[in-house]
Amino acid sequence: MIELKNIKKTYKIAKRESGLSNAVKALFKREYTKINALDDISFNIKEGEMVGYIGPNGAGKSSTIKVISGILTPDSGQCIINGLTPWKDRKEHVENIGVVFGQRSQLWWDVPINDSFELLKDIYSIDNKTYKKNLDELVSLLNIEEVIKTPARMLSLGQRMRCEIAASLIHDPKILLLDEPTIGLDAVSKIAVREFIKKINKEKKTTVILTTHDMQDIEALTERILLIGNGKILLDGSLNELKKKKSPIKKVVLDFKDGQISEIKCIEGLSLVSNINGHAEISVNTDILAVSDMIKLISSKLNLTDISVAGTSAEELVVSLYKEFQI
Amino acid sequence: MKKYLSFFNIRFVNSLQYRAAAVTGIITQFAWGIMTILLFSAFYKTDASSFPMTFNQLASYIWMQQAFLALFMTWYFDTDVLESISTGNIAYELVRPIDIYNMWFTKNYANRLAKAVLRCLPIIIVAIFLPYPYNLAPPPSLEALLLTILTIFLGTSILIALSMLVCISTFYTVNNMGVRMVFLFFAEFLSGAIIPLPFFPNNIQTFINLTPFAAIQNIPFRIYVGHITGVAMYKGLALQFIWLFISILIGRLWLKKSLKKVIVQGG
Amino acid sequence: MNLYLKFFSMHLKGQMQYKFSFFLTLFGQFIGAFSSYLALYFMMTRFHKVADYTFNEVIIVFATMMFSYSIAECFMRGFDQFEKIIANGEFDRMLIRPKNIIFQIMTSKIDFSRLGKLIQAIIILAYAIPTSEIIWTADKITTLLLMIAGGTIIFSGIYIIYASLCFYTLEGLEFINIFTNGALEFGKYPISIYGKTMVKIFTYFIPYTLFQYYPFLYLVGRSQNSLYAILPIGTVFFLIPCYLLWKIGLKHYTSTGS
Repeated sequence: MIELKNIKKTYKIAKRESGLSNAVKALFKREYTKINALDDISFNIKEGEMVGYIGPNGAGKSSTIKVISGILTPDSGQCIINGLTPWKDRKEHVENIGVVFGQRSQLWWDVPINDSFELLKDIYSIDNKTYKKNLDELVSLLNIEEVIKTPARMLSLGQRMRCEIAASLIHDPKILLLDEPTIGLDAVSKIAVREFIKKINKEKKTTVILTTHDMQDIEALTERILLIGNGKILLDGSLNELKKKKSPIKKVVLDFKDGQISEIKCIEGLSLVSNINGHAEISVNTDILAVSDMIKLISSKLNLTDISVAGTSAEELVVSLYKEFQI
Repeated sequence: MKKYLSFFNIRFVNSLQYRAAAVTGIITQFAWGIMTILLFSAFYKTDASSFPMTFNQLASYIWMQQAFLALFMTWYFDTDVLESISTGNIAYELVRPIDIYNMWFTKNYANRLAKAVLRCLPIIIVAIFLPYPYNLAPPPSLEALLLTILTIFLGTSILIALSMLVCISTFYTVNNMGVRMVFLFFAEFLSGAIIPLPFFPNNIQTFINLTPFAAIQNIPFRIYVGHITGVAMYKGLALQFIWLFISILIGRLWLKKSLKKVIVQGG
Repeated sequence: MNLYLKFFSMHLKGQMQYKFSFFLTLFGQFIGAFSSYLALYFMMTRFHKVADYTFNEVIIVFATMMFSYSIAECFMRGFDQFEKIIANGEFDRMLIRPKNIIFQIMTSKIDFSRLGKLIQAIIILAYAIPTSEIIWTADKITTLLLMIAGGTIIFSGIYIIYASLCFYTLEGLEFINIFTNGALEFGKYPISIYGKTMVKIFTYFIPYTLFQYYPFLYLVGRSQNSLYAILPIGTVFFLIPCYLLWKIGLKHYTSTGS
């Protein structure tokens, strides 16, 4: 479906340094640094997959998205999406993709959202019947019935974002590219957006590529993640497996009435993080001590009133990954 | 003083960075100057007797205009200033131990000067070496040169003082664009930036010479090319002083009143 | 095209929402055109003629330039302001839409306030046409219309060149101003007053003479060569190198990212 092979892209950026003498020097000679934005990128994505594309800023995420959408022509390498090469078959290719750029709007600012949708209908040459069907579906699923009569500039970020997503799907694209779609949104809107994307992916088998810094997006939506750093794909795998592999350490929070917390300290595989008046935090290394055993042991020593066990958050996982790959 | 120098410095270094912009800016101004001179040359060839000055004087005038464009451009308004008034942020400025009028004035001056310094030398140097009578001729006397420099600085000051008035009017208008537009029209036209004042119909000239606009670039450049000589030069200088004094006085008083209004209304 | 009209009405609706600032800008444009006229008026009053052209002849050239410039500025505003479209990412968005890029740029901005200059031009023509010595037969009227059309094409072409250059750099493009604003300011007189060299340059480099000079000569009766009257049609050929430059610039943009 989406196939990238050995994609390479290098940028030349002029060096600009501060200070008067450097500025005068720059008048006569410009120095450039080369940046390998995409260094031999290859991956495949099947139809209907939802992939999280993560990496630190400047790693090459947006360059990859630009290549996939056809905006950027790579220096070398192949990219075939449903039989088309994005930058060569632009108009054809672009009819099948929808893009949401989190920080930029595709809606016309001063006119009612409805009018923006109408214009998109004409731009994508959608016939009236399909347009009405899609519109009704999107409007009800995203709950934007009341706002589509207002101009974009009058909407809150949450409302606008939902309209942006609707706008990117009006033409029933097979592929949806989301670049930081939940940035700046309140919790309620974030959940609404995530639910919607899940639904679309399930019902319409839309392939979704999601680039984001919000790890909760990743946790909620994607099973597969691609980690890019310094222009290279460093990791391509399942989120759950990674979590299991990466961190056997689980965080346990417990409340207890009587008993000495010091008795726990000598249990192997457990270490005490904090204890304040019977509310304690413990970390458990599940390679050494299984969760079920741990619970048995602790409850035999302490009179537990509450206990919760949490795995590594995706956030922590990613931080440790970044550290490991030094990006 | 130090902070005003630092304004200048930052602007200057900034403009050096954009070397492409600097070079093409100079080329643009140069082309503009040449075309203007050719235009006047066409009129000169048609009827030299109606020409109010010698052709070489006119050419020198045009080159002076181009060289010092940054000092006399009327469309430059400090957007920070305008914004701080319209958003009300000016309240913060009031809490600081500085004189606002002075700060705005010197900021405007520093910005213009930084812009001008980069452009004026290349234009002057090339213009000097053009073939007669299209060249920038030297001033008729050392006295004229000194007075030119003095009157240029005074002229710029008058322009800034007048644009300060426009800025202060922002306190009283919702959308300041209209005021600026009207000001732009009068300032551009009546200061002689579009065509030098001596080319205006004579009766209109006497009227315009009474306005502060005629004291901005008209007086300095005409002194330089020798169109105003002798005692008239000092009369022009005096006129500049008068207009500068008046516009600064009105400006300061008006600003004071406006600021009081802001404080009273609670910002 | 239908879609274009939809954009047209959308822009119109949008700008009408801000009635006050729209009319203010419109007025500002008018004032600018007026001061340009006033300068011409003062000069012609003092000298009575320039290079043998009368006041009445000169203002026809002036009005033609204003007319065509304002139309080009209004409808090709997207190209004129292309640096903004690139800088804020709007252009990338256009590349993701399955429609012709040039069409998208033209419909991204239609600035009706620019027509303030048009109002000035119409007023001038309203005076110039009846008071001139020209006998307004069908061929003369056609010539005038062609002059305006040709001017619009030339200015549009220059805007396209400007936009193409924006693909390479966003700084240092000030000089294009010479060919737009500059052409307007200096082209309000017949080009021949600047000398034969200028006429040659502006026939073979950027063909202003094809709409501002040669047809004008026919219009005012200084030349009987009726070929001059249809020369403005030749301005269309100017669009060819403009379009080529555009294509090259676009290729450059898509291979260097943004």
